[in-house]
Amino acid sequence: MALKGLDIFKLTPKKNCKDCGFPTCLAFSMKVAQGACEISKCPHMSDESLAKLEEATAPLMKTIKVGKGDNEYELGGEKVLFRHEKTFVNRNRFAVRFTDEMKDEEINEKIENIKSVQYERIGEDMKIELACVEYVSDKDNYLDIIKKIKEELDVAFMLVCEDTDVLKEALELVKDENPIVYGANEENYEDMVNLVKDDKLPLGLKAKGLEELYNLVEKVQGLGYKELVLGAQGESIKETFKNVVQIRRTALKEEDRKFGYPSVIFADELSKDNKFMEVALSSLFTIRYGSIVVLDDIDYAKALPLFALRQNVYTDPQRPMTVEPDIYPINGADENSPVLVTVDFALTYFIVSGEIERSKVPCWMAIPDAGGYSVLTSWAAGKFGGSSIGNFIKESGIEEKTNSRKLVIPGKVAVLKGDIEDSLPDWEVVVGPDEAMHLPKFLKDLQEEAYA
Amino acid sequence: MAFKMSVQKAKGKVEEVQLGSGDNAITIGGEATLPFYDFDGETGSKAKLGMEILDIYPEDWVKPLKETYKDVAEDPAKWAKFVEEEFNPDFICLRLEGADPNGLDKSPEECAEVCKSVAEAINTPLVIAGTNNHEKDKEVFEKVAQAVDGYNCLFLSATEENYKGVGAAASMAYSHKVGAESSVDINLAKQLNVLLGQLGVDYGDIVMNVGNAAAGYGFEYLVSTIDRIRLALFNQNDKTLTMPIITPVSFETWTVKESMAPEEEVPEWGSREQRGISMEVSTATSILSVGSDAVVLRHPKSLETLKELVDALE
Ligand code: B12
Ligand code: SF4
Repeated sequence: MALKGLDIFKLTPKKNCKDCGFPTCLAFSMKVAQGACEISKCPHMSDESLAKLEEATAPLMKTIKVGKGDNEYELGGEKVLFRHEKTFVNRNRFAVRFTDEMKDEEINEKIENIKSVQYERIGEDMKIELACVEYVSDKDNYLDIIKKIKEELDVAFMLVCEDTDVLKEALELVKDENPIVYGANEENYEDMVNLVKDDKLPLGLKAKGLEELYNLVEKVQGLGYKELVLGAQGESIKETFKNVVQIRRTALKEEDRKFGYPSVIFADELSKDNKFMEVALSSLFTIRYGSIVVLDDIDYAKALPLFALRQNVYTDPQRPMTVEPDIYPINGADENSPVLVTVDFALTYFIVSGEIERSKVPCWMAIPDAGGYSVLTSWAAGKFGGSSIGNFIKESGIEEKTNSRKLVIPGKVAVLKGDIEDSLPDWEVVVGPDEAMHLPKFLKDLQEEAYA
Repeated sequence: MAFKMSVQKAKGKVEEVQLGSGDNAITIGGEATLPFYDFDGETGSKAKLGMEILDIYPEDWVKPLKETYKDVAEDPAKWAKFVEEEFNPDFICLRLEGADPNGLDKSPEECAEVCKSVAEAINTPLVIAGTNNHEKDKEVFEKVAQAVDGYNCLFLSATEENYKGVGAAASMAYSHKVGAESSVDINLAKQLNVLLGQLGVDYGDIVMNVGNAAAGYGFEYLVSTIDRIRLALFNQNDKTLTMPIITPVSFETWTVKESMAPEEEVPEWGSREQRGISMEVSTATSILSVGSDAVVLRHPKSLETLKELVDALE
């Protein structure tokens, strides 16, 4: 949050000694408020003032780290309520829940599912990031499950447990993995803080309602502990939704840092064994302010929309995702390979190049400057037309790299065929399929045709 | 310090638009809050959930759906009746795929007949969607609007290219409702509303379709467009953006790879039907939760899930 110059001025020693390089403390304070100068330039600030200042200039929503190494994730740290205002920064993370009441078989199945649902989309890894391991009653089994997951999976941990004795043993196993310890409540919070504070582990707070949660945060903060995540779960879907929105709003709009922490939602619990309800709720809380969303299990049907939605929502609206216009060889393209043209929008490029790779047919990909837009958008914007494509083909040097004179265009701009042929009389323009997923078959047919 | 609910009062309110007639009419819109934010104020009428049917046999639909509709899919009126009785959606969306000039290119008269038979067969309000060919849609809607006079249908859509013809026929000559379709941009949405208004269409007869995409396919632009449209109304009371929003989700979600790839090609992805439902449920939930007031769905399971969700949230 921006602190005003006068607020800062009140904290200075008001000596006007000029050691900071400014004529007065006020002038100095104004510069600091503008972000043009560091507060440390004044050697005379009291520790108390510095602490106050740090408090006042701390982000409204704290960034909490969970996990270690490759499995380290940042949660929270958001600055705006709507992505167009700036951008959302730390995407929500998906967890799968394990409990000590589950049979080995079920545990193994979930582990296998988490392993098998891992893939790349637009250059980013898509996978379940956390194992949520809940203690119910069987300590030995609980510890075994933690051990097993640690051995078999690359995930961060969230230990759901209110029993500090059990947690002590569990933490012996995974303390170094920087897990979330979820289960501090009205009764046990002091013990919980003692348990996590030396290792600064993120602590999950839970309470009956928003008011109780707010009071609990206050108490925990009173103990000097601020590495927190908030249990937003309510009795119902409606209450949980209200909680999540209120937590985020209280932090960012009311500028009250008590709720300036990431939130946890157990979508599995709210969806009562209905897989599609779980997808619906996970989508809802991806759009509206969930930080960790716990699922019952994972499969591709759930993962494909959820990970894609999240990826979309967390793209920076100020930074277009583009690829460099150029010609790219795929599958070892050579002097006989055909040329496929598409746009420089990263999403489109990755989808199309992925399909070409899947076909294993050597091809050249020609990417003119299309303004960073999708096929139809750039076409409608006048940035992907017959002459611009024609000129790009002539100037890109592709005519020296391949002897093939087949140019495949996206099916959605079939209307461009004539215009491109006018501009490139030596080339045969072939209209490709509408959807890139049909490219493998299309390219194999094209290849056979060429040999025939 | 005690916790205090953070409440935001709105300066403007979404218009209430009625579809259908008599006892079976439904109301879209009416909210003065972001979706499901009842702590802020009046959330208006419940989000409306419609089911898609076609004027031709649904060749490209997943097998289990073709199986469900096998006895009715050759006849749109029977199909509509079946959907109404079996699934009870808030509205039915008849999509005139057969009119597409790149397909069967059915005549406006044929389309009018089909629409009339469907409207007569059901009590559920009817939304009629065209082909995306603006010129053809205009010709078709002119005839259809007349044929379904009195049924208070919604026409998807009038665009910058054909709004004069569509607006005049659907809303002015026969008092139906007009869908105003723009391309993911608050200013374009505004401009089309203004143009329709200048033509003589009442703002209360417009439902906006401000863009449509599947989750993962440029969907973030939709999120931000709708966020901005709603904030312009609630924070600044922008009178040119008071219309409710409809999103024909199923038109996009079933054609992306996630829903289309055959099981033989991607065995690890599992059931194609499940993937399709999941894409549809995720996209529909997301668009409703930023501010769409009505969605079109294709799969009964999606309808069932969204119904449950909307009931739980309102
Ligand atoms: C997001 C979006 C935008 C974003 C831009 C995002 C971006 N970076 O492109 C914004 C909001 C900026 C935008 C703007 C506009 N948009 Co726009 N936009 C969309 C939207 C919703 C999604 C586009 C998308 O991301 N698609 C996903 C990508 C992956 O699809 P794709 O590039 O087509 O790639 C697929 C296929 O084409 C194929 N493929 C791709 N390359 C190749 C190559 C070969 C060889 C083959 C075989 C296949 C193939 O594979 C891919 C996957 O199957 C679409 C509607 C929709 N649902 O499609 C409208 C849409 C494309 N936009 C449209 C319009 C009109 C515009 C504007 C001109 C509006 C205006 N008047 O200002 C502007 C243009 C920009 C400007 N003013 O400069 C129209 C185009 C209408 C038409 N049929 O011509 C659409 C269809 C919306 C509509 N129904 O009105 N848009
Ligand atoms: S160094 Fe500190 S005390 Fe001295 S003028 Fe600057 S702000 Fe004031």
